[in-house]
Amino acid sequence: MRFGVVVFPGTNCEQETVRVLRDLYHQPTELLWHASEDLSGIDCVVLPGGFAHGDYLRAGAIARFSPIMRAVERFARAGGLVWGICNGFQILLEAGLLPGAMRRNVGLRFRCQWVHVRVEHTRSPFTAACRPGQVLHLPIAHGEGNYYAPPELLARLEARGQILLRYCDAAGHVTPAANPNGSVANVAGLASEGGNVFALMPHPERAAEALLGGTDGRWLFDSVLGKVGLVATV
Amino acid sequence: MSLRSEPRALAALLAEVGLTEAEYARLCAALGRAPNHVELGMVGALWSEHCSYKSSRVYLRRLPTRGPRVLQGPGENAGAVDFGDGLAVVFKVESHNHPSAVEPFQGAATGVGGILRDVFTMGARPVALLDSLHFGPPGEPRNRYLLEGVVAGIAHYGNCMGVPTVAGEVHFAPGYRANPLVNAMCVGLAPRERLVRARASGVGNPVLLVGAATGRDGIHGATFASAELDARSEERRPAVQVGNPFLEKLLLEACLELLATGEVVAMQDLGAAGLTSASAEIASRGGCGITLDVSQVSRREAGMTPYEVMLSESQERMLVVVPAGAEARAEAVFARWGLHTDRVGVVTDDGLLRVCDGATVVAELPVRLLTEAAPVYERPCAPPPPPPPLDLAAVPALAPAAALVALLTSPNLASRAPIYTQYDHTVQGNTVIPPGRADAAVLRVVGSAKGLAVTIDSAARYAVLDPRRGAALAVAEAARNLSCVGAQPLAITDCLNLANPERPEVTWALAETVEGLREACVALEIPVISGNVSLYNESEGSAIPPTAVVGMVGELPEVARATDAGFKAAGDVVLLLGSPRVTLAGSEYLRVAAPERPELLRAGEPPPLDLAYEARLQALVRALVQGGQVRAAHDCGEGGLAVAVAECAMLGGLGFVAAPTWRAALGVEEDGVRLALALFGEGPSRVVVECTPEAVGAVQAAAAAAGVAAVELGRVGGTRLVWPEAIDLDLAELTARWSAALDEP
Repeated sequence: MRFGVVVFPGTNCEQETVRVLRDLYHQPTELLWHASEDLSGIDCVVLPGGFAHGDYLRAGAIARFSPIMRAVERFARAGGLVWGICNGFQILLEAGLLPGAMRRNVGLRFRCQWVHVRVEHTRSPFTAACRPGQVLHLPIAHGEGNYYAPPELLARLEARGQILLRYCDAAGHVTPAANPNGSVANVAGLASEGGNVFALMPHPERAAEALLGGTDGRWLFDSVLGKVGLVATV
Repeated sequence: MSLRSEPRALAALLAEVGLTEAEYARLCAALGRAPNHVELGMVGALWSEHCSYKSSRVYLRRLPTRGPRVLQGPGENAGAVDFGDGLAVVFKVESHNHPSAVEPFQGAATGVGGILRDVFTMGARPVALLDSLHFGPPGEPRNRYLLEGVVAGIAHYGNCMGVPTVAGEVHFAPGYRANPLVNAMCVGLAPRERLVRARASGVGNPVLLVGAATGRDGIHGATFASAELDARSEERRPAVQVGNPFLEKLLLEACLELLATGEVVAMQDLGAAGLTSASAEIASRGGCGITLDVSQVSRREAGMTPYEVMLSESQERMLVVVPAGAEARAEAVFARWGLHTDRVGVVTDDGLLRVCDGATVVAELPVRLLTEAAPVYERPCAPPPPPPPLDLAAVPALAPAAALVALLTSPNLASRAPIYTQYDHTVQGNTVIPPGRADAAVLRVVGSAKGLAVTIDSAARYAVLDPRRGAALAVAEAARNLSCVGAQPLAITDCLNLANPERPEVTWALAETVEGLREACVALEIPVISGNVSLYNESEGSAIPPTAVVGMVGELPEVARATDAGFKAAGDVVLLLGSPRVTLAGSEYLRVAAPERPELLRAGEPPPLDLAYEARLQALVRALVQGGQVRAAHDCGEGGLAVAVAECAMLGGLGFVAAPTWRAALGVEEDGVRLALALFGEGPSRVVVECTPEAVGAVQAAAAAAGVAAVELGRVGGTRLVWPEAIDLDLAELTARWSAALDEP
């Protein structure tokens, strides 16, 4: 599977994302400069973490106007796999490829810590390797991860099974105390209606090696690579 | 107007640029004429304490700076040591105290920005940030405001740059009320052969100015940083710069990309004293001259004078010398990252820093006059009266359990999680031991089996009593912290924060501090490769304690063997390795047991430090960690033994039960202050370790062979923290209180 990892000015998680895809999963992976509109040959576009264009105005608000986002939009509308991580989630919301909006964390502080998230649905190509209700241990690092959707939209997202990940405690209970940023309905990861666009605030690429504190991020990489039914490898 | 003929105008000018009349006379004599206004401003900035180290230079020469692994010692933007595997570790610490006292958010943010530039200017990619922060008591609103502003500023800059902030220290004491300290350290990695020095060369080579446009911010920042703060310091807010981490991220990527092309002669970031300092330093190190044309400098606003352009401290700027003919290629690299390049000058062979404004020469000074020929002072030096002895009979004896809770919820010992969770410490995907888990942070290095360990420490509590031993204790603690994760120290960067050196006891403290650093560095065989001095941390009669901040970097032979401080398994044995010599002088116990008697903290001698013993202990701990015989190791530092054991238990989520014989093992049969001394007394050369019951014999044998005492304290297990007949606390409850204490008003 060929991955393209987009680099905006201010992106800062592209190297570790490429490392996981290329060195741990041995997938052909290239960096895509934001000024390009060329996605030829790419099977999955990854929008990695960082502060694209400094996150000035609002996180992702300027990045959505980068030329590559026009190509990403066409790619997504045609059913291509698009995966946003952290800042990538914010950009996909601003670009309208995912519904809803991101606000500053409750408490207004940047939060960097490990959290638990519960896998709500496994029909998605991004969670297919997981068990429904499985709890993943992943790190977060963001200041604007407080997801919001108005009640009607939230109801629609719930009904269509677009909420793939929710913050929970270690036992899998979705509680206010387990919510690190104030997201509505503890939303941590969200898919598009078509299911081919997916984004999450946690960083699975920082949780792919035991040396770095955990390997639960691999369940998502295993999913997208079609390793359905396999136990995450260490 | 002739400056000489107008004494009052001259006095005002000298005050503005921070020069004394004697320094002015020295300048005129060296030049053979009176300087003009631009020249006076340039000299004032470079002869400031901040830039010239004029009061500290005679002492700093005494520090050991050589070693088999040293690639670059002091004198460059940052020091470098050989990491092996073809890599160099580049690091430095720097203060941003004065700006942070006036505008905490931007002061701290630009401090981080400055130290990052120092490291990537050397061709290294920054891989870690650390901070040493000192404030007045956090219960006071102004100190709380400073703390929150500084932490938010560090987070703002470091997070946006994508450089993990992995370690640090935060210390509260009344002496920092008026003068908080903000010291930031950056560690980078570079391919050994790609290390660059900031030495201009090649007559006719173009000098480029890259990055932000130049504005009126930060003019006289270096001079501001070289004077005491006073009631009018708030008015100096314009002397504080405003940071733009996004721009710096672009500058970082563009500079590293340009360096990879090999078409760079020299690179120098613009920090204190801006263009003046950068061009003088790069020319001075290269033994050449530079001619600049300020009319070519992009500006943020119209009407800026050559004086303002030369002294602006606008952030996120870099001076780059490239080979003649390579300008366009360099400009293309910067343009790709959206950065503007000005061709501002050219390298000459006349040894002069010449500043033109178009066709007009507005300043012309010998480079040497600005740098090496700056004044050097050996200021009057006299010790203050020695502290009175600490009368143990005057120390209240708290019930041990109450004392432990009070200590763990006190500002200096409460969990730092509310601070470090605001810093992205996992970005770059290399953090093996994150902040809060151990005495040092550990990073893996992609492409190497080895690990990189980093720590930053100070011991101002002891330096108040004895600056020499305080500095030595700081070095010993930093090295012990690295040893506890299994790392061998490689080198030190230091930041010496002191008060006004024009007072003889401050200069004495400076000399003693350097001597303490020297003694410890020599004994532990750790060279000093970079550093910074911040003086005049004093205002209106309130001076900071001498605060030597030691940043240290070490290597682990195998990163996978790194060990943190948390207990690992019920049934394991807990031992104390090291010296039984402890004291309550300067201790955290005194602070919580007798808050109404601050004078107790200024009494007594710091704990004794036997450097030969310390070296043996550290080697022992490293060997045990690397050999896998111990599963947790933790420095027994502030708060003493009971606090160290409690921290291991809280970090591991596992209880601890001391052996029934613990009192005999510690040699304390009575209650009262002697018991407090045993449980909460502080001293160097002590480490708490955890091992399996099967490994106890091997650990004890290794300790005996090393000539280090080893005492069995008890066992890991249960949900409580128990020292029979002294302490019995619920661990979960204690952990919750410890975790939340710093955030509580």
